[in-house]
Amino acid sequence: MKKLLLSLMFVGLISAQARAEKIVVEGSTTVLPIAQKCAEVYMQNHSDADISVRGGGSGVGIASLLDGSCDIADSSRPIKDTELDKAVTNGKDIKAHIVAMDGIAVIVNTGNGISALTKQQLKDIYTGKIKNWKELGGEDRKIVVISRDTSSGTFEAFGELALDKAKVRPDALMAASNQQIVATIGRTLDAIGYVGLGYLTPEVKVLSINGVAASVDSVLSGKYLIGRPLFMYTNGAPQGLVKDFLDFVKGSEGQKIVIEEGFVVLK
Amino acid sequence: MKRKEKIYEFGLMSLSFSALFFLGGIVIVLFKEAAPLFKHVKISQFLLGQSWYPTYDPPEFGILPLIMASVWVSLLALCVCVPLGLGSALYLNEVAGEKEKSFLKPMVEILAGIPSIVYGFFGMVILAPWLQNQFHLSVGLCLLTAGIILGVMATPTVCSIAEDALSYVPKAFREASYAVGANRWQTLIRVVIPAAGSGISTAIILGLSRALGETMTVLMVAGGAAVMPSSIFDPVRPMTAAIAAEMGEAPVGSLHHHSLFAIALALFIATFVFNIVAELIARRFRAKIGLSL
Amino acid sequence: MKKLEQTIGFGLLRLCMAVVIFFLCAILFFIFTRGVKAISWQFLTQGPINSMTAGGVAPAIFGTLYLVLGALIFSVPLGLACAIYLCEYSPKGWIVNVLRISINNLAGVPSVVFGLFGLVVFVKYMKFGVSILSGSLTLGILALPIIISVAQEALMAVPQSLREASLAVGATKWYTIRRIVLPTALPGILTGVILSVGRIAGETAPILFTAAAFYIKGYPKSIMSQVMALPYHIYALMTEGTHPKEQTIIAYGCSLILVMLVLGVSTIAIIMRQKQRSSLHV
Repeated sequence: MKKLLLSLMFVGLISAQARAEKIVVEGSTTVLPIAQKCAEVYMQNHSDADISVRGGGSGVGIASLLDGSCDIADSSRPIKDTELDKAVTNGKDIKAHIVAMDGIAVIVNTGNGISALTKQQLKDIYTGKIKNWKELGGEDRKIVVISRDTSSGTFEAFGELALDKAKVRPDALMAASNQQIVATIGRTLDAIGYVGLGYLTPEVKVLSINGVAASVDSVLSGKYLIGRPLFMYTNGAPQGLVKDFLDFVKGSEGQKIVIEEGFVVLK
Repeated sequence: MKRKEKIYEFGLMSLSFSALFFLGGIVIVLFKEAAPLFKHVKISQFLLGQSWYPTYDPPEFGILPLIMASVWVSLLALCVCVPLGLGSALYLNEVAGEKEKSFLKPMVEILAGIPSIVYGFFGMVILAPWLQNQFHLSVGLCLLTAGIILGVMATPTVCSIAEDALSYVPKAFREASYAVGANRWQTLIRVVIPAAGSGISTAIILGLSRALGETMTVLMVAGGAAVMPSSIFDPVRPMTAAIAAEMGEAPVGSLHHHSLFAIALALFIATFVFNIVAELIARRFRAKIGLSL
Repeated sequence: MKKLEQTIGFGLLRLCMAVVIFFLCAILFFIFTRGVKAISWQFLTQGPINSMTAGGVAPAIFGTLYLVLGALIFSVPLGLACAIYLCEYSPKGWIVNVLRISINNLAGVPSVVFGLFGLVVFVKYMKFGVSILSGSLTLGILALPIIISVAQEALMAVPQSLREASLAVGATKWYTIRRIVLPTALPGILTGVILSVGRIAGETAPILFTAAAFYIKGYPKSIMSQVMALPYHIYALMTEGTHPKEQTIIAYGCSLILVMLVLGVSTIAIIMRQKQRSSLHV
């Protein structure tokens, strides 16, 4: 008896699907603040829109897009070939939309004497070849290397652009988030780390790499070498609410939000 | 009339087997999703390899650092929850008066009810910074922090199971001990605890199992470095944290995805073995107490 | 000498108990004092605004409620059926063993494994997607052993004499269960279910991949929507949030709500237990 009632209830609930236009945005945690704030502002101005935003990671977003369970996949990295192959198998036609640019700044404690590194030096520090600040002209203190864990898109971008995919030394401290890196560097004299542009604070010192310091301008002009585009992927050409939302993000209001959140706008 | 009864009984029985059904389902899913990994990686390589670099090219899937992290965190947790859990259980059973018990026991229950995410949050914002200052560490999220928090989390489990076990020890045992002149403490140490030995072992094993399987707490507090720990102040990445943290970036169907399921499978087997062992010990315990009555 | 040993020994035990209570008080103290700053009518009834740095967590509260409700809808009938079968029908030895082992092991499965199971079966295979439905089903499986054990306790507390009296006047077993045993055990079952609410509401790992969203506006519109949930909100704010100063306070507020929930259900359960005890001893 109870079972029958339950099944009827479930059927009833399932058929009460939302009839308003609703889209699901999912993916990179780097793009998340942009996606969330844009969704918030967009829904304030369009009360019948229903946008739900999730993090989970670039990989999860793209995977959901490939099997049709989300409408927009946020990604802080370009889609991989294996994922594109899967898209073809699933009959999905993936379109890329760049919504912002992100620069990854290399930071140290404000008390650290070093202000500049070459790309090779950065790589050697992270792979463990250079272990002490004195090898760079600083004091005789061990370098405390901070990285992000392997699930982070920021880590992947850094690994690819700055380290040429070399392996980070295994005893590097793994921070869970950009904030944590900033907080740790602020407290630790000998630490070095990398964070997205939006997380820079006066408590840390930005190093220039190959002579260029990370900033909105240097990323925009392409001079800073650890810069990367942030994507929103869709299945096929966007239509309806997906198109409206993407237009919003790429338009002036959305780009204003991009700047507010500390990223670099497209131009 | 009789037939209807039989139908009801059969219906209830089938529904009861849902527990087995789900357990079986979990096993099947874990095996199915983990299996593809082992076409590319040998089991020994997986379990004993020291490099966990699943997103590199070529990827490496050695989970020994993750296993060691889980083991060490759980052992540290045991160092906290066994003395605290047993001590409180003994206190509640033997020393505390009725009035004390009536507010202490609910307090332990409340400690048990606090969600793991709150423990993790507490560890991250209160305990880790405190430890960082005390020991001048570069970051307070490490093996020690995780061990302490997990230990506190597992304490109510150990306490309530141990307390139950102690309460099953027949009064006759104690009275015989008093009769030959032992005081309460000696009776406790030499008679009651050994008699409840199996129950206490069960409590410890289940506490260990709880610590091993905990996810959110270690995710927030253990630090995240997939490297063999060389000191308790090292950040580590236990198996559960690896799964939760990396599931996001592992494209479905990729080797990374399968490797995470393989870790889950290893975890499941470990906790399954612990539970079976606890069950066997508990059975022997029941028999022992039953026979001696 | 013996007396000294005892005094020291008991002193150590008292110390252990004190440390446990200390931790409880420390956690409650910090969560309360820092979380209460975040609580306001707005916090409890509005959604997040301003890039999640202000506003409230009402969608997360509702999300948690829906998920718990869904989990109970799924697990209570199943769990009750199982408990009734085990308690009332005294099945053969091997069945009892198999069931008991299954239930105990299901109880011991790490919560993240439930999440993975839910991801593969409900989200992907059954195509429910990330939704209240997937989350509730996953949580329901996690809750099943808890419900079974509390229901069993409640059923076993019903005096055997009641059953025997009913059978003696010619009622069938099923009738006895339905009309005599269940109503008597109902308060106990209810207490147990209420207690389990606290446990289910706090679970994060199972909903990480199956239900949780970082941000939705307003309230979920159907069981196929994603939801915000209190435990996930704490996790997301602390690890994915971009404005730590404000968001830590919000996280404290969420923790406080969760802790209050646990305290609330424990209190209700204690009161109900007292009432039952007095009524059964009449």
